[in-house]
Amino acid sequence: MHSKKPFYILVALLFISGIAASVYRGIEHSVPFLPGKQVQSWAVDAKVSFQGTGEPAEVSFSLPEDPAYEILVENATSPGYGLTITNNAIDRRAIWSVRSASGKQDLYYKVTLIPTGQNKLLADGVPAVPTTYSWPATEEAAAQQVIEEVWSRSATSLSFAQQLNKVLNANERSQNIELLLTSNTPTKLFIRMLHSKGLPAKEVSGLYLEDQRRRQQLSNFVEVYHDGQWYLFNAEDGSQGRPDNLLLWDRSGTSVLDVIGGVNSQVNFSMLQDTRSALATAIDVMKNDNALDFSLYQLPLEEQSLFKGILLIPIGVLMVVFLRVIIGIKTSGTFMPVLIALAFIQTTLLTGLIGFLLIVAFGLMIRSYLSELNLLLISRISAVIIVVIGIIGLFTLLSYKFGLSEGLTITFFPMIILAWTIERMSILWEEEGPKEVIVQGGGSLFVATLAYLAMSATWVQHWVFNFLGIHLVILALVLLMGQYTGYRLLELKRFKPLAGEK
Amino acid sequence: MFLASPSALKRNGVLCMNKRNIDYIGRYNPRKYYKRVDDKLTTKQLALANNIAVPDLIGTVCEQHEIADIPAMVHDKDGFVIKPSKGSGGKGILVVTKVEHGRYYKPNGQEVTPSEVYRHVSNVLSGLFSLGGKPDVAIVEGLIQFDPVFDGYSYEGVPDIRLIIFKGFPIMGMLRLSTAASDGKANLHQGAVGVGIDIATGKGLHAVQFDQPVDFHPDTQKKLISIAVPQWDTLLHTASMAYEMSELGYLGTDMVLDKNKGPLLLELNARPGLAIQIANGRGILPNLRHVEKMGNHNMTVEERVAYAKIHFSANS
Repeated sequence: MHSKKPFYILVALLFISGIAASVYRGIEHSVPFLPGKQVQSWAVDAKVSFQGTGEPAEVSFSLPEDPAYEILVENATSPGYGLTITNNAIDRRAIWSVRSASGKQDLYYKVTLIPTGQNKLLADGVPAVPTTYSWPATEEAAAQQVIEEVWSRSATSLSFAQQLNKVLNANERSQNIELLLTSNTPTKLFIRMLHSKGLPAKEVSGLYLEDQRRRQQLSNFVEVYHDGQWYLFNAEDGSQGRPDNLLLWDRSGTSVLDVIGGVNSQVNFSMLQDTRSALATAIDVMKNDNALDFSLYQLPLEEQSLFKGILLIPIGVLMVVFLRVIIGIKTSGTFMPVLIALAFIQTTLLTGLIGFLLIVAFGLMIRSYLSELNLLLISRISAVIIVVIGIIGLFTLLSYKFGLSEGLTITFFPMIILAWTIERMSILWEEEGPKEVIVQGGGSLFVATLAYLAMSATWVQHWVFNFLGIHLVILALVLLMGQYTGYRLLELKRFKPLAGEK
Repeated sequence: MFLASPSALKRNGVLCMNKRNIDYIGRYNPRKYYKRVDDKLTTKQLALANNIAVPDLIGTVCEQHEIADIPAMVHDKDGFVIKPSKGSGGKGILVVTKVEHGRYYKPNGQEVTPSEVYRHVSNVLSGLFSLGGKPDVAIVEGLIQFDPVFDGYSYEGVPDIRLIIFKGFPIMGMLRLSTAASDGKANLHQGAVGVGIDIATGKGLHAVQFDQPVDFHPDTQKKLISIAVPQWDTLLHTASMAYEMSELGYLGTDMVLDKNKGPLLLELNARPGLAIQIANGRGILPNLRHVEKMGNHNMTVEERVAYAKIHFSANS
């Protein structure tokens, strides 16, 4: 006998890759693990306005780049302007250009953002040591004094920045600081002092996201590098760390808006909060990242819904394998219960059961007449198929007349399967009596019902379609059960006389 | 308790369906030889070539239009049996015990009209009883004159002897007796009585109906375990020979005792059921393992039968 090791390795591989693929889907692509999950999204409008001077105008506007927010959709509207979006190493910018602009000009940029939960500002690499700011002679002494005093009270670049920010925003500032603030904004002063000690720091701008706000402005922040991360400080009010609702708009340290050929330029923001399906959001994000190349989501909707049905079959099959191999329930026809369960999904359970029983009962009655005619098997089954179609048509029509909309779904039953079921049941009836018909038919319906319950659970439907890795897990389970040599549950009852309990 | 504990069953060596399928049928029965047992006509021809006695072959019906020949085929017979060549589980077997002026009667005296016979054969040919619904051939066989030694032990039907042959060794045996409940059929799940038979002696050990122990035949009230199968050695030999003939390691042989011809091989089964364990009141696994431990042997049929009688008797 050959070794079973490769088999178990295969099963383990299938299992692990299935789970890993699903977890990757869930975490990397933010596909929600539970159906119906909602996420918050933000729609932010930026309006750039300036006065044209009649000259050629070029507007360069920095676009948001924040690891905490993912861009779902962005577009810029500006009739008459040429637009390029540049993406260089430092930042992303929208550049509008026009040959001649005069009078008030309005340019719009809209973006929909979703939070990623990635609130840390990780640095790509160690930034270069900044050039030291050369203080004017009047400020030199005061600045050095403050810097050295704070330096002596700090241990790391981070604690230095924290202490410095505190000192700059203390309730009673020292005279040195008051002096320095007369010619420096707090942000500039903060950065210059950090640079004096060779600590990488840069000015960034951010937007506070608040629902239904209009005419908002960017606020200035300072990012200080420490140990692979950037830390956010607000030198204007002395706060530290990243506020929850902050969107970093520009992290390049350069200007947010540059206008050539225009005056009085300014930018205003308005924003709106929205909730949307987490799944739809994840799919949109994948679309943006071109991660859809080999995925079911890129299929037309009709094929997608077809696949939603097809991908449920493995669940039904797993159910049947389990009930037959582990429990030991007998069904008539190996996978007929799965097909019946698929029909139940369309008809709902109760209607499905009633419809199934009605069709089979009527079919058996008609079949008992056919059996007196001495037909060949093929033509008899063909006749049963035609009769089944007739019965289905009749029931559909009747339920329509009586206004029972549930009855209309009876057409979803697979007719060939029903005809075969009726034929088998009829033979069973003739050979082994009605009791066996009820036992086997009941067993099939029981398995079909369980398969239906498994297949109709919303989270199961969500998983089998959105996490295709789960099918590898099902495959592994089916293979594993195919190797099960233990007793079936019902065999424990069957072989009870052999258990030696006299 | 409603269920037996798996460990108690395991201790008693009870073979279960999954283990049978994987560890015995899957491992010892090469797929390519299945045709030898799944097609009863092939089995019959093989058996004749190997000098194993089988019931008379009256004729075969392969095409629908040949059905009309059946009355001519059987007109001088006392009775006949029509069975599908690829049937399983005793399905589709029509037994006519009396032919009188072109009228046919079943064992229970009920008349079978020619049109019923016609329809039955037509169903057989269409594959209604065959595995997977494949088109089939109907075999018309001579009736078995069953040995009067079983009088009173079987109701209407022919008692048959099932032996499990593993790698050529008879491992376990059972006598199947039809009852009123089983409608003259010898299938245990339909209500036939199963009597476990001692491999060494051919004597009854233990009897069950519907998986429950019984002492007396439900219709005739004869004591079941006092039964003794005559010509037991011949039966064991014939069954053992089926191993060489079919080349299947795990095999069920069904035989009947004919009053005149002795043991006749009815059919072979590559997937014999597990009810034989219940009829014997013990598990089959210890015997199977015993043979597996022996490894490859080159014993003759006689040596195997002798070995089995020593080692696989219930009293050993």
